[in-house]
Amino acid sequence: MEAVHGHDHAHDHGHDHPTGLMRWLTTTNHKDIGTMYLWFSFLMLLTGGTLAMGIRAELFEPGMQFWRPEFFNQLTTMHGLIMVFGAIMPAFVGFANWQIPMMIGASDMAFARMNNFSFWLLPPAAILLVTSFFVPGGATGAGWTLYAPLSVQQGMGMDLAIFAVHIMGASSIMGSINIITTILNMRAPGMTLMKMPMFVWTWLITAYLLIAVMPVLAGAVTMLLTDRHFGTHFFNAAGGGDPVLYQHVFWFFGHPEVYIMILPAFGIVSQIIPTFARKPLFGYTSMVYATASIAILSFIVWAHHMFVVGMPAAGQLFFMYATMLIAVPTGVKVFNWVATMWKGSMTFETPMLFSVGFLFVFTMGGFTGLVCAITPIDIQIQDTYYVVAHFHYVLVAGSLFALFAGVYFWLPKWTGHMYDEKLGKLHFWLSIIFFNLTFFVMHFLGLAGMPRRIPDYAPQFADFNMIASLGAFGFGLTQLLFLYVVVKCIRGGEKAPAKPWDGAEGLEWTLPSPAPYHSFETPPIVK
Amino acid sequence: MKKVLSLLAVAFAALANSPLAAAVQFGFQDPETPIARQIYSLHTLILWICVVIFVLVFGAMFYAIINHRKSVGHKAAQFHENTQVEIIWTLVPFLILMGMAWPATKTIIEMKDTSNPDLTIKATGYQWLWGYEYVKGEGDLAGVSDGIQIFSRLATPMEQIYDKSANKDDHYLLEVDHELVVPVNKKIRILTTAADVIHSWWVPAFGVKQDAIPGYIRDTWFKAEKTGVYRGQCAELCGKEHGFMPIVVRVVDNAEFQDWASKHRSDASPAAATSAPSAEAAPAAAEATQVAAAEPAASSGASAPAADGKATYDGLCSACHAMGIAGAPKFGDKAAWAPRIAQGVDTLHQHAIHGFKTMPAKGGNPALSDATVMAAVDYMVSQSK
Ligand code: HEM
Ligand SMILES: [Cu+2]
Ligand SMILES: [Cu+2]
Repeated sequence: MEAVHGHDHAHDHGHDHPTGLMRWLTTTNHKDIGTMYLWFSFLMLLTGGTLAMGIRAELFEPGMQFWRPEFFNQLTTMHGLIMVFGAIMPAFVGFANWQIPMMIGASDMAFARMNNFSFWLLPPAAILLVTSFFVPGGATGAGWTLYAPLSVQQGMGMDLAIFAVHIMGASSIMGSINIITTILNMRAPGMTLMKMPMFVWTWLITAYLLIAVMPVLAGAVTMLLTDRHFGTHFFNAAGGGDPVLYQHVFWFFGHPEVYIMILPAFGIVSQIIPTFARKPLFGYTSMVYATASIAILSFIVWAHHMFVVGMPAAGQLFFMYATMLIAVPTGVKVFNWVATMWKGSMTFETPMLFSVGFLFVFTMGGFTGLVCAITPIDIQIQDTYYVVAHFHYVLVAGSLFALFAGVYFWLPKWTGHMYDEKLGKLHFWLSIIFFNLTFFVMHFLGLAGMPRRIPDYAPQFADFNMIASLGAFGFGLTQLLFLYVVVKCIRGGEKAPAKPWDGAEGLEWTLPSPAPYHSFETPPIVK
Repeated sequence: MKKVLSLLAVAFAALANSPLAAAVQFGFQDPETPIARQIYSLHTLILWICVVIFVLVFGAMFYAIINHRKSVGHKAAQFHENTQVEIIWTLVPFLILMGMAWPATKTIIEMKDTSNPDLTIKATGYQWLWGYEYVKGEGDLAGVSDGIQIFSRLATPMEQIYDKSANKDDHYLLEVDHELVVPVNKKIRILTTAADVIHSWWVPAFGVKQDAIPGYIRDTWFKAEKTGVYRGQCAELCGKEHGFMPIVVRVVDNAEFQDWASKHRSDASPAAATSAPSAEAAPAAAEATQVAAAEPAASSGASAPAADGKATYDGLCSACHAMGIAGAPKFGDKAAWAPRIAQGVDTLHQHAIHGFKTMPAKGGNPALSDATVMAAVDYMVSQSK
């Protein structure tokens, strides 16, 4: 700790920040790094989004239109990998960087140089992923889950993806260590754990999840790598291995991973709803416990992704019950948010619109999750478009909408300007309409029997696929509007006061807008 | 509800401007087995419970949005906890979940009961076709279909897939050259395995989906209650042609099944495109989860009668050799075969049995006897020189 403070001071007095590219390469400032994380993830969102447009164009009508089947598989695989590891996860780390020091009254993150390093690992990983399209054999087409033995069969693109996953895992682990240390050691005097803002709580728990499961993923892909190149047989029955082992290891990472992508979103929404309801968060304590129980339960439900591999009945029953149990704390959260809105004095600026949209649409994803948890039903809908609908309801309408809400909420603090409220609202309405147009119909497709990850389909699925494709193009274009709103806000606009939202509470609003380069030079006292 | 749905259907169809308006489907396919029916009603039950909760919760939310807003002058209350309410909304969902788990548990246990089948069929996933083998069984159907082998491949012609102007069949992408034929009202046990990567055997109307895992055998069962043709697809991403390996099951009455089986069991019948000798016993101990599919099953040749090389070629080898896929010498292409034949027919036999470069051992079907494979090689050689 001493070292960190000393370093900060040197900076304050020196004020000799390098400029231009060197500033960004060498920065150890949590705001600069947060900004880079956010731009990086937005770039990845557009990249992954472009791949998605390629998928939806192919599926616009029956028959092969644009791609060969193997390239279609590469599109779906890389779309998934880029969105999960490139867009959603780094975006939340960007929020953590910007907000956590400001929300707990610290001057910066605990390990400033490691913070720089954890960001700068990401661009090389992204380059590996993107360039894998251009190596012989193309990118991996084994699905974002990289199931063996299919992934063992793939070409060199697979090795690049494995390496990228390793690097991004290392980045996440370093980021998490930093976040945990910052939260546990650098809170302002008086800010006990149970006085921390919900966003900080959710990130603390998420960071532990990350540290617990990223090494598991690294193990899984390393075993793949050695099976591919070094003659091991972890996943090869002929050599005494088991292909299903891969799935167990992957999902032991994979299920907590989905909560890694949603808990910080819960945190953001828990900051925003009380602000615009002008009323304290309902059931703060139970929110903390619910978050923690979701995190703990997330370790014992992984095999709900594997109900059709042929588990014994006892296994299916256990994983069904455990998965259903997660619906309880998830429900508590939803009820608490609604209760926070109840008898409030609400206004609906863009952050609130996205939060209410989140609540409404994410909950549909929670319900379809429950449907998937019921083993006999899941046996029908596993690997169909129903599951595709489910996880886009929780990840797009959940995580992504919460990220949008957070951006609009804190942009005035970050840039010192108000964003264009009209365009922000337009962004919300277009997003939610196109989102539902795209993904709602996928429930029908899945129920009717359309498998996921297929480049062509029988004509009875044509109508809904066309609707989904139209929705997807609209959703994709809408995000360019978001880019415009953000850039416009950075470049100017009405000056933002220190506290632009009258219902807002928390230390970040005691700082001027835009927030100073070093957040709190002297720690504030929390009563 | 039906009415609302059909209205919506019309609206959707109008939107998509499609002639298929009548065929639009919102829910599961019609269930045709007892298990599928249970799944169907479980889903209906849970969907409605979810809808009711959803309407209650979001009814409250929208009530608040309309009435508790600043613009109508509502003043914010400041309460922020209520232990009683919080306990209620933890316990009540828990009880509802128990109510859902109960019927689901019963169904799971039934689904898992694969004992006492009338007929057992092994389904093997290959990249990218399905192989079926009627296993020697006990039950009423003992001996009727033992040893019949079928290879079942997409029958939709390439130009329908790749050429936009071509008209598509009624069962575009859901049609195969050789259907799996089973008797109605019999308990059919399906053993699944795979030769290369994981596939998944799925027939929605039967409520059956089971991964086919290389080197392992899993099982599932169904009892179809109506004759007819039922269509499904491979449900696990298995590479390039994953979208093109459908499953078609023809359910026929008992007499018709006997008839079909006797035709397909006799090697003489030229119509029996892919019959194989009855010595092709399936792994006896299907119970055991780990059957090394890489090892040839019990039947390594000795007593196998001279196999019908042409049938094996048509059913399996032609997948690659007909077109010369993946470097395979093309059937009938004398120039391609000459250097191979020059190595001596024994070498060719060995390569076919043990695999050679991209050619999988036994063409990817370890259940074939050596003799069958050799016969197929001989047939191919005879037609290519
Ligand atoms: C009430 C809470 C939830 C329940 C009960 C639930 C249950 C399930 C189940 C059973 C599956 C497996 C479906 C299948 O493959 O057949 C699944 C898939 C999935 N869920 Fe959830 N889920 C819930 C919430 C979430 C959340 C919050 C997220 C992420 C933000 C999420 C992300 C995913 C993803 C990404 C998949 C599919 C992964 C893949 O196969 O590619 N779920 N969920
Ligand atoms: Cu999961
Ligand atoms: Cu497949």
